[in-house]
Amino acid sequence: MATLSEEKQNVSSTGSFGQILKALEDKDTNVIMEDPLENYMVLNMGPQHPATHGVLRLLIKLDGETVVDCLPDLGYLHRGYEKIAEASTYFEFIPHTDRLDYISPLANNVAYVLAVEKIAGVEAPPRAQYIRVMAAELARISSHLMAIGSMALDVGAITVFLWAFREREKLYDVFDLLTGVRFTTSYTRIGGVAQDITDETKQAIKKFLDEFPKNLDEMKRMLNRNRIFLGRTVGIGVIDGKTAVEIGFSGPNLRASGVDYDVRTFSPYLVYDQLSFDVITEKNGDCFSRYMVRMREMEESVKLVLQALEKIPQGPIKVDMPKQVLPKKERVYTKMEELIHDFVIVNDGVHPPVGDCYVATEGSKGELGFYIISDGSGQPWRLKIRSPSFCNLQALPILLKGQMISDIVAIIGSIDPIMGEADK
Amino acid sequence: MKEKIEEKLRAAFGDGIVSVVDFKGELAVEVKRDRIVEVCKFLKEDPELDFSYLSDVCGADMMNFEDASSRKAYLAIEHEHRPEQVPIEERFLVVYQLTSFKNKAKLRLKVKVDGDNPVCPSVTSVHKAADWYERESYDMYGITFEGHPDLRRIYMPEEFEYSPLRKDFPLMGIPGSIPLPRK
Repeated sequence: MATLSEEKQNVSSTGSFGQILKALEDKDTNVIMEDPLENYMVLNMGPQHPATHGVLRLLIKLDGETVVDCLPDLGYLHRGYEKIAEASTYFEFIPHTDRLDYISPLANNVAYVLAVEKIAGVEAPPRAQYIRVMAAELARISSHLMAIGSMALDVGAITVFLWAFREREKLYDVFDLLTGVRFTTSYTRIGGVAQDITDETKQAIKKFLDEFPKNLDEMKRMLNRNRIFLGRTVGIGVIDGKTAVEIGFSGPNLRASGVDYDVRTFSPYLVYDQLSFDVITEKNGDCFSRYMVRMREMEESVKLVLQALEKIPQGPIKVDMPKQVLPKKERVYTKMEELIHDFVIVNDGVHPPVGDCYVATEGSKGELGFYIISDGSGQPWRLKIRSPSFCNLQALPILLKGQMISDIVAIIGSIDPIMGEADK
Repeated sequence: MKEKIEEKLRAAFGDGIVSVVDFKGELAVEVKRDRIVEVCKFLKEDPELDFSYLSDVCGADMMNFEDASSRKAYLAIEHEHRPEQVPIEERFLVVYQLTSFKNKAKLRLKVKVDGDNPVCPSVTSVHKAADWYERESYDMYGITFEGHPDLRRIYMPEEFEYSPLRKDFPLMGIPGSIPLPRK
């Protein structure tokens, strides 16, 4: 015994090594060292990494297992949509909006045509507006399911991922009936929507909405009180409301920090002011709050679609403005005048007045805005996409700082970036 | 609300405010370039206005905007037909979209930037969110934001020489401008 303590003393006199040894012997103390190896480790994550939800690349500076700093690197999916927009007519750009946030293309279609309609002075008829609300809300459910499923997968709960995809599959069948395709919908048109909603589609939506809350409850039971899930998400990646506003967070992520900014109530567009729903907020601003906001928002979306199904009026699905709005296809084939209009609109497009306007909508990831500068011709002079994923990703270094390396995937999953949108 | 914003801005900045336009129900204020940081700060800190959320910053190339018929000439598709670089005064616009949660209002600020020497003060000291937005404008238009903490390209590779969203950059791109990865 005596020799051991003697040795200990000898070692401790040699400096920092002695301190480490002493700390190792005494299990209850933690030693905090000023960078023992005098360098940090830099870890490259992505762009080919399953947990980055696409092609996000992160350079992470590590001190042991703790993240000291993080540098996101974007642009691996940059396709230059803003440049393409300047060379295509307003109609031609609609299919490109599908490829922005490819998880919820319908929401992008709606947001884009709303911006064009505002600057061109066109207003869609009420029936089309109700259909758009339904489409956008179903897209929100689809997007949130994806977000929750993949976040759960990232922290190890594979079952929820499969269940979420089962529900999404049903939703895609609904989209198939509504729009004619499953993924890249291109459903909206300037001044209305491409095709009317049939009784069959309505029934399919109703059937989905009847079954969905029960299935959602199952998912909730799986996660809400799951000890592993709670351990991976509660208190991880915390951001307070003030910082979140400053850094440009929006959508469910901002609402999870307690700021009730929802464009649907902030400046109601379409018919959101005639439907009743709650803006979901949570207080803590951690990964679990962001998950909870999405879970609860899906219930609100179900409410909204049910109300819209009930209230939807009869009437046309496109406004009668032959110089701006595409005519019906069957009339194009039989009537001369409609054929001319169709030709002119497709080739030359709507001619909005000279000016600019910015339209923000509540996309499934946050504030999705389109800013258009028009020079009076058929093509936009400048089209800026305010993509929520891009703005949300900006907060990633703040969220990651001081977290453990294993929490990176949970945090990325909880802010739900879609790189197609972030990279444009 | 709009009258109030205009009144307050004019009272505080006088001839720093170039013009106030209300188009399609949206208020757009053009500000002199060197006053933009002050204006943003004023709008953010004034307790009545409270424009604390910066939705977006974007650049725009307004070269030959008035002359829409010449537009096609500038939308050169192939590299060989690229027009000569035409530096014009006040060629670029930088557009700021501000949001006030308190007043449920949106406001757009615009700054004109020189074509020869595109420099604009950075608002990152007021709005942290401007960091990436300004990097994007720098990447796409080559507008240098003075006082930005980390001004690098955000989408294009760092070696890329051009500004792709400028009107004189061809739609098809410039062959050989993006180097292939080394084997």
